[in-house]
Amino acid sequence: MTAPEPAGQTAGSGPLLTASGLSVTFNVGSAFGARIRKENFVLRAVDGIDLEIERGEALAVVGESGSGKSTLARALTGITPVAAGEMIFDGRKLAARRRGRDRRRIQMVFQDPYSSLNPRLTVGSMLSELLRVHKVVPRSEVESFSRELLNLVGLSEEALPAYPRQFSGGQRQRVAIARALALRPDLLIADEPVSALDVSVQATILNLLRDLRAELGLTLMLISHNLAVVRHLCNRVAVMYLGRIVELAPTEELFSNPQHPYTQALLAAIPTLEPGSWDEEPAITGDPPSPLNIPSGCRFRTRCPLAEQICHDQDPELRAGAASAGHRAACHFAFSAAGAAAPAGGAGQD
Amino acid sequence: MTAAFSPGGAPAGPMLQVRDLHVQIATGRGTVRAVDGVSFEVPRGEALGLVGESGSGKSMTLRSILGVLPPTASVTSGQIILDGRDLVPLKQTDLNRIRGPKIAMIFQEPMSALNPVMRVGAQIAEGPMLHQGLSRAKAAERALDLMRRVGIPHPERRMRSYPHEFSGGMRQRVMIAIALACEPEVILCDEPTTALDVTIQDQILRLLARLCRESGVSLVFVTHDLPVVAQICQQVAVMYGGRLAEYGPVRDVLHDPRHPYTLGLVRSAPDFDNVREALIPIPGAPPSLITPPDGCRFHPRCKFAEEDCQVVEPPMKPLPGGRATACLHYERTIESLEAERAGQLDPVDLQVAAEQPDEAAPAAGSAP
Repeated sequence: MTAPEPAGQTAGSGPLLTASGLSVTFNVGSAFGARIRKENFVLRAVDGIDLEIERGEALAVVGESGSGKSTLARALTGITPVAAGEMIFDGRKLAARRRGRDRRRIQMVFQDPYSSLNPRLTVGSMLSELLRVHKVVPRSEVESFSRELLNLVGLSEEALPAYPRQFSGGQRQRVAIARALALRPDLLIADEPVSALDVSVQATILNLLRDLRAELGLTLMLISHNLAVVRHLCNRVAVMYLGRIVELAPTEELFSNPQHPYTQALLAAIPTLEPGSWDEEPAITGDPPSPLNIPSGCRFRTRCPLAEQICHDQDPELRAGAASAGHRAACHFAFSAAGAAAPAGGAGQD
Repeated sequence: MTAAFSPGGAPAGPMLQVRDLHVQIATGRGTVRAVDGVSFEVPRGEALGLVGESGSGKSMTLRSILGVLPPTASVTSGQIILDGRDLVPLKQTDLNRIRGPKIAMIFQEPMSALNPVMRVGAQIAEGPMLHQGLSRAKAAERALDLMRRVGIPHPERRMRSYPHEFSGGMRQRVMIAIALACEPEVILCDEPTTALDVTIQDQILRLLARLCRESGVSLVFVTHDLPVVAQICQQVAVMYGGRLAEYGPVRDVLHDPRHPYTLGLVRSAPDFDNVREALIPIPGAPPSLITPPDGCRFHPRCKFAEEDCQVVEPPMKPLPGGRATACLHYERTIESLEAERAGQLDPVDLQVAAEQPDEAAPAAGSAP
């Protein structure tokens, strides 16, 4: 298969993308109304994140809804403006308003392929518009390149004159992936790419993403709440909670030796094919607090079985363990006897 | 609070029996045979999982039990026997007396199933007032007690809240409290945790499992999530194209399938405990239920299909261990599983995983 090469394969060393102090805020309602209700007006969806994405890796971002993982993805892609912090992509600082090349090199695949494709454009016109506007290939080659893209994602050339409504969910997601790959991105961000699809189709899209990564040397960032999908596809995982990364580690390290109590609870909550015992307490109780009202100190302390006074007073920073530099966790008790001794999702509280 | 299930002695027989159920939907393009001869039973205090892809007829089966099919759909034949009584010939007014005290339902999206302009306490209390003739005060007391049982914090205060003031998980708890309000014997669950986060899903599943165990309620649990079924159900019925493909105890069916479709489902889902080199998708797309394929409905997608599969409609064949399969060549799944355990994947599987020839061409005009 003659694959379109990603553009920045050969360039530079160091991480592909470095984000430092990244914050995204939204204003909720009106400032006046908020003052009357004595509520916060500014929602900090992403609250000071430092993240490096290495070349060629597959990084997963997991967390509950409202943890800010989709907002982080959109901020990295440049769709959502950031409130603070900076991003360095392939050695170049990204401007607040991205232009040409910078825009092209980070592409995103959205969750719902039923709403992310323009219903009035055929697949062919969708792709050729992109290719022409961004001058990816000479005009004479636009059509052949479009065919190549479709082949790459496992669609036949008959798809070119078809409209999105003629496709099934899995096929639409393939079209969305082809559209993202059309610009030869270095970084592909996929936001819950399979959660809107039927079970038997999910596997085909996951296999496709895995193969594309191998073929094109793509760097992938996968947003997912399904840890089984993450384990299948990614080599590093970032766990988010209320706008912060609370733990970051290579996949197997994270799953075998979780340090943050939230990660432990997440892992304990995954249903598996082995019938479980329902006699134990749930791994985690209650709902996450509203991002409008982030608790002081450690933001997980309101649901944490280990919480003590220090968690109330001090915001723990994301720090590495003594043994493994690649494993970082934002918990006062991480990498210590107390943290490690906590059974995965053992204690619950009410 | 245990409901008086069957007055006068030990309850006998299954709580709910569905026998040869047929549901048809009239559409502009023809009659959709959404459910085409489905039979199962749910013992008292047990949970049955109904799993399958979208369009397999699992939700339609569930809805016909409660008599809440869409206007274009109707039960054309079959029996739904609740505690010895057939529900199919009943009129809506008779069904109204059964919905609540006998059968209740929990829906997937609690926000659209709850009344947005009614306080949740009143929504929970409505059933007991209507069906059991409780006074307003007594019903409010019952609502308070129920909210406590399903784990809603500060129930005194939260009773006076509206659904939009609750989080997704809490709304689902309200739904469960409403379902429990009249002490039903059967609770139908239509993907009750699909819209929730894993941590909240874990809490809700534990709650349902506890209720099942403590109050002897029977559950029918519709989902496409196999691990969830493994956690909560004792029996599972796998549906494909409006029919049952396989039926049996949950552990046996999911770990040792006897139908190629079940095998396909298990192998295509990423399993957290068992990371495979490649997921093996089921090629092709679900069948049209207007003109279903002849013979076995799964044969166009089945890698074990032989000539007889195209002609003979496979009956549900009983197997040892309380299981049944609708496959003529179910021995092939045993061979395939043994080969996998010996570390050899079927070459056909590997090819499927590598090529993914699932849906190469756009299916013109096949949108649902």
